Amino acid sequence: MTATLKPTNPVDATAVLGLGVYRPSILVDNEQICQWIDSSDEWIRKRTGIVTRHRAPADVSVVDMAEAAATEALKDAGIAGSQVDSVIVSTVTHPYMTPSAASDLAARVGATPAAAFDISAACAGYCYGIAQADALVRSGHAKHVLVVGVEKLSDIIDNHERSISFLLGDGAGAVVVGPSDTPGIAASVIGSNGEKWNAVSMDNSLLRLRDALFDAQTSGDASALLDPEQKLWPTLRQDGQTVFRWAVWEMAKVAAEALEKAGVAAEDLAAFVPHQANIRIIDELSKQLKLPDHVLVGRDIVDAGNTSAASIPLALHRLRAENPDVSGGLALQIGFGAGLVYGAQVIRIP
Amino acid sequence: MADKNAILAGLAEIVEEETGLETEEVQLDKSFTEDLDIDSISMMTIVVNAEEKFDVKIPDEEVKNLTTVGDAVTYIANAAG
Repeated sequence: MTATLKPTNPVDATAVLGLGVYRPSILVDNEQICQWIDSSDEWIRKRTGIVTRHRAPADVSVVDMAEAAATEALKDAGIAGSQVDSVIVSTVTHPYMTPSAASDLAARVGATPAAAFDISAACAGYCYGIAQADALVRSGHAKHVLVVGVEKLSDIIDNHERSISFLLGDGAGAVVVGPSDTPGIAASVIGSNGEKWNAVSMDNSLLRLRDALFDAQTSGDASALLDPEQKLWPTLRQDGQTVFRWAVWEMAKVAAEALEKAGVAAEDLAAFVPHQANIRIIDELSKQLKLPDHVLVGRDIVDAGNTSAASIPLALHRLRAENPDVSGGLALQIGFGAGLVYGAQVIRIP
Repeated sequence: MADKNAILAGLAEIVEEETGLETEEVQLDKSFTEDLDIDSISMMTIVVNAEEKFDVKIPDEEVKNLTTVGDAVTYIANAAG
């Protein structure tokens, strides 16, 4: 007789139980940016909405930032690190291809032997992480999942480049996802459009730097390594127009689908928290969604810049701090970015 | 071929809505960036609204070739058949 497998113990519903953030200490204003690119404070504010962005000191790592945000999220949720059985870190700036930031973080917050893995989904990474956490808890594979979106983008920018670098900041946001009596996380919409793989990307792979080092070491000629024009360290670039069109009109469809999957309408929302890419994307996306006036819109980008995977939890945290009554209400969150990839879901704000 | 005057008038309305410029300022020989001070993001909003209004497709790579209002009117007229 064939043995039968023991079924898992799924739960019906999940929720975001707690939220925490880390904002690095260094503030970079537009005047400083204009030392590197030919622009002005007025131009940057008008075109992007950004006034300042935070950047982390050299001795503060991606995992340091993640730990700070995670510690606050665990406290906010009333959950001990030892109760966490999965740790997901969404980042594109952990400077080790392996091991993961998540396994280091799990040990730091006392979550060993939690499952631990990183997600590379850029600015959609946080929403991908929520989708994963929701699935892990609902399927019975985990009870409490720590999800962190963290970026130290200042490590992968070229300050003299003007397509994206001046938009970017560093930071971390974390949540704890766990079981709930009533649904607190609706079904997610996650997807990709790899045909636009180059729309936001690194300008080169690390192999080019490795080969240049190898050539210099074998030939004894280090001139290529010392030539700033070679730009051997890979940094980010974007095609702003392509990204803008996709981020507004395609993402409006994704946001509408997330509302439909949640079984709610725009007027049921307390907040809209899109990825903080550019204030004009946020405003145009809000317009396309025909959000009623009572829906609060996350606009953390003004002070924090674009922090990729960290931007949604950072914006949500600020929105809740400034509007405590929003707690318990519904938020539509949508992340989108390099890949191109996207993720969206409606959650109940902790 | 679609009526270019009608396209110009429709495009001028779109530009006015996005930028606040008077429709009379939107003339065929005007450069979007140099004369009308329209930046790349506003340009994309205008393109998407024009696609909807004239029922045409203007791919991202074509947008870069639309230097003047006349370029856009000609492209839309040809695309609309």
